[in-house]
Amino acid sequence: MNSLEELNAIRDKKKDELSQRKDSQNLRIVVGMASCGIAAGAKPVMDAIIEELNTRGINDIKVSMTGCMGICRLEPIVEVIYPDETRVTYANIDAEKAKRIVAENIVNGQVCTDLTIEAVQNDDGGK
Amino acid sequence: MQLFRSHILVCGGSSCTASKSEQIIKEFDSHLKANGLENEVQVVKTGCFGLCAQGPNIVIYPEGANYFRVKVEDVKEIVEEHLVKGKIVKRLLATGDKNENTNEDYSANSIEFFARQMRIALRNCGVINPEDIEEYIAYDGYQALGKVLTTMTPAEVIELVKKSGLRGRGGGGFPTGLKWSFAAGNEAPKKYVLCNADEGDPGAFMDRSILEGDPHSIIEAMAIAAYAIGSDEGAVYVRAEYPIAVKRLQIAIDQAKKLGLIGKDIFGTGFNFDLSIRLGAGAFVCGEETALMTSIEGHRGEPRPRPPFPAAKGLWQSPTVLNNVETYANVPQIILNGAEWFSNIGTERSKGTKVFAISGKIKNTGLLEVPMGTTLREVIFDIAGGIPNGKAFKAAQTGGPSGGCIPASLIDTPIDYDSLVALGSIMGSGGLIVMDEDNCMVDIAKFFLEFTVEESCGKCPPCRIGTKRMLEILEKITSGKGEEGDIEKLEILANSIRMSSLCGLGQTAPNPVLSTLKYFRDEYEEHVFEKKCRAKVCKEMLKYIVIDDKCKFCGICAKNCPTNAISGEPKVPYLIDQDKCIKCGLCETKCPFDAIERK
Ligand SMILES: Cc1cc2nc3c(=O)[nH]c(=O)nc-3n(C[C@H](O)[C@H](O)[C@H](O)COP(=O)(O)O)c2cc1C
Repeated sequence: MNSLEELNAIRDKKKDELSQRKDSQNLRIVVGMASCGIAAGAKPVMDAIIEELNTRGINDIKVSMTGCMGICRLEPIVEVIYPDETRVTYANIDAEKAKRIVAENIVNGQVCTDLTIEAVQNDDGGK
Repeated sequence: MQLFRSHILVCGGSSCTASKSEQIIKEFDSHLKANGLENEVQVVKTGCFGLCAQGPNIVIYPEGANYFRVKVEDVKEIVEEHLVKGKIVKRLLATGDKNENTNEDYSANSIEFFARQMRIALRNCGVINPEDIEEYIAYDGYQALGKVLTTMTPAEVIELVKKSGLRGRGGGGFPTGLKWSFAAGNEAPKKYVLCNADEGDPGAFMDRSILEGDPHSIIEAMAIAAYAIGSDEGAVYVRAEYPIAVKRLQIAIDQAKKLGLIGKDIFGTGFNFDLSIRLGAGAFVCGEETALMTSIEGHRGEPRPRPPFPAAKGLWQSPTVLNNVETYANVPQIILNGAEWFSNIGTERSKGTKVFAISGKIKNTGLLEVPMGTTLREVIFDIAGGIPNGKAFKAAQTGGPSGGCIPASLIDTPIDYDSLVALGSIMGSGGLIVMDEDNCMVDIAKFFLEFTVEESCGKCPPCRIGTKRMLEILEKITSGKGEEGDIEKLEILANSIRMSSLCGLGQTAPNPVLSTLKYFRDEYEEHVFEKKCRAKVCKEMLKYIVIDDKCKFCGICAKNCPTNAISGEPKVPYLIDQDKCIKCGLCETKCPFDAIERK
C-alpha cells in the first residue's frame, strides 16, 4: 500500500459492489458464521442456500459469511440484504428454512414473515 | 401414486374456457414436456375461481401463485421461469408484490435487543465478511491507520487517545493513552505491541467474537499503537481453544500483508510493522500481563512482580504495550471520529461503550454493547429480555472469578468501572452472569473459587494454599457441616490472600466470596446454623419427598431410582428412603404429576 489514494480506490470499488448501485436488483445473503453460529448449524444452512441457488440456476446472488451479531441464542442467523442496504434478518434457521428463504424471499420477493428475528425471538427454538 | 412437485390449476369455468383455457392447458403440456417436467408437474383443470373478469386464471401450488389474464403466449415464460427456475412471473401476479411496497422493518433492529444497543467495538461483527479485507476497507477500514500515518505525529495520536478517555477493557480499566505514553517515553532499540486475546473468564466471549467477526480492526489498531509508541513488531496472544478466531486472524494478517497494510513502508511513510499470532494453552493466569509475556518468551506462564511494568520492561525486556482485544477495537473509531465524539459517550470517568457477554438465567444469551452508565436493569430486562420462566432476578455476577455479585436491590446502578468497584465487584472483561431465585449464592461463590483454585499457577503461597483452604471451608458449609466461626475464617483468609498474592489472580480470587458475603450473609448463616439452602441447590442439605396428595401411585419414580430408594404399592403414596437416597433428582424430573418435592 503506497498511498491513501490506493486505499480509497479499494474502498470505493468495494462499496459500490456491496451497495450494488441503485439500478441493480441483486440481493446479498449473509450467514452468521462465528463460533456460535457454526455450533448452531450455520454450515448446513450455508450449504443449503448455495445448493438451492444452484438448482434454480441463480448465479447473481452473493452469499457470504459474517461474524456474530450478538444474539447467539437465535443462531443460525441469515440476513437478506437489499441493494438499498435494508435487511431482512432471519433467525433460528435450518437447512429447510434456508431453502424456503431462497424460494420465497430471494426468488419471489416475499419476506418469510414467520421466520424473521422478530417473529421467532420469543420461541425457544426447541431448546 | 405419482408424486408431483407442483400443480397447475387452470380455471375451467365457462368464462375462462371462453378465453382459451383449453389452449392454455395444451400449451402447458407441451412446454412441460419440452423441459422434461411432465412427471413432476401436474396440470389440473378446476372449477371457476370466481374472478372471471380477470380470467383466464391459473394458480400454481405449492407456492399458491395466482396468475391473472394469462395468455397462451405467457405459458412458455411461466414454465421456464416459475417451474424450472422457481421464479414467480411477477407481471402476471394478482397483486404484485405484497412486501415490496411496505416499509415494514424486518431487520434485526426491529427487536429490542438490537434497537437499544450502541455498537462501536462490535460495529462490524455480523455486518462484514471477516475473511474479506476489501469489505473491511469498504466500511472505512484502515482509514484510521492511513490518517495516523500520513497526518499525525505519534505524540498527537497518544494525545488523542488520552483525550478520548478510553480505558482498558481487559479488566483493570487503566487509561490506554497513558499506558501508550509511558511506553513511548521509554527509549529503546526495540519495542513491542501485544494484544491480549487470552480471554479466560468463564462466560466471557466478546474477544473471540471480535476476532472472529472483525479481525482487521485489531490489526489496524495495533499498527496505530505501534506507530504511537515507536514499535515495529506486534503479536496477538490468543488461546488455542479459539480455532476459528485464530484462523480468521491469520487470514486477515495474510491479506493485510498482501495489500501492504502491514509490512514495510506502509502508505509510503517509512513506517514498518510486522504482526504474528502466539498461541496460548488456555491457562487463566496467562491473561495476566506479565505471565502472558513470560509465556510468549517460551517459559511456563507465571507472573512476575511489578515493577518493572511492561511499559518499561516487557516482552524480551523491551518496552511493551499490552491491550485487550476490545480496547483495540475502539481505537480506529476514536481516530476517525475524534476524541470528543468518544468522550461524549458514557459517564464522567468511564467513556465509550462496553461489550457484555451475558449468560446464565437470561432469555437472550449473547453479546451486547451499551454506553457506559447504562443500568443493570436496562441491560438485563430491556435488552436481554429478562429472566425466563417467570423467576425472580436475584443477582448478577460481573468480572467473573475476579469480580463480585450485584444484588437485585442495586439493579438500578449505572454500570461503569467506578460504580462496580464501589459495590465490591469489578467491570472485569465484561462477563455478566445472571442468577435467579434458584441459584444458591454460597454455591456460586464456591464455583468461582473452584475455578481459581484450579487455575492458580502455584507460584505464590497465598494464592496456591490460601484459595484451597477457602474452598475447603466453602465445601464444608455447602455440605451441611458448617460450624460457628467458619464465615469469619473465610473473611480473614480472604483479606490476607487479597493483600499478599503476587498477581491479580490471587489478589482478586476472594472477591466472589467477599461480595456474596456482603450481600447474602444471611444465606451463608442459614447454611451454617440452620443447615438450610433456600435455593435448594446444596444437595446434602435437602430431602426429596413424595407429596402424598399428588402421588398417583404410578411407580415411575421407583422404576427410575438408581438406588432403589423408593418403594410403594397401589393406592398408597410412594415413600423415599432417605438413607438410600443419593439426591440425584431423577424422580423429580421423571414424575409426571409433579408429586416429588425438594425440601
Ligand atoms: C488472572 C488474570 C487474568 C487476566 N486475563 C485477561 C484476559 O483474559 N484478557 C485481557 O485482556 N486481560 C486480562 N487480564 C488483564 C491483563 O493483565 C491486562 O491488564 C490487560 O490485558 C491490559 O489491557 P487493557 O489495558 O486494554 O485492559 C488478566 C489479569 C489477571 C490478573
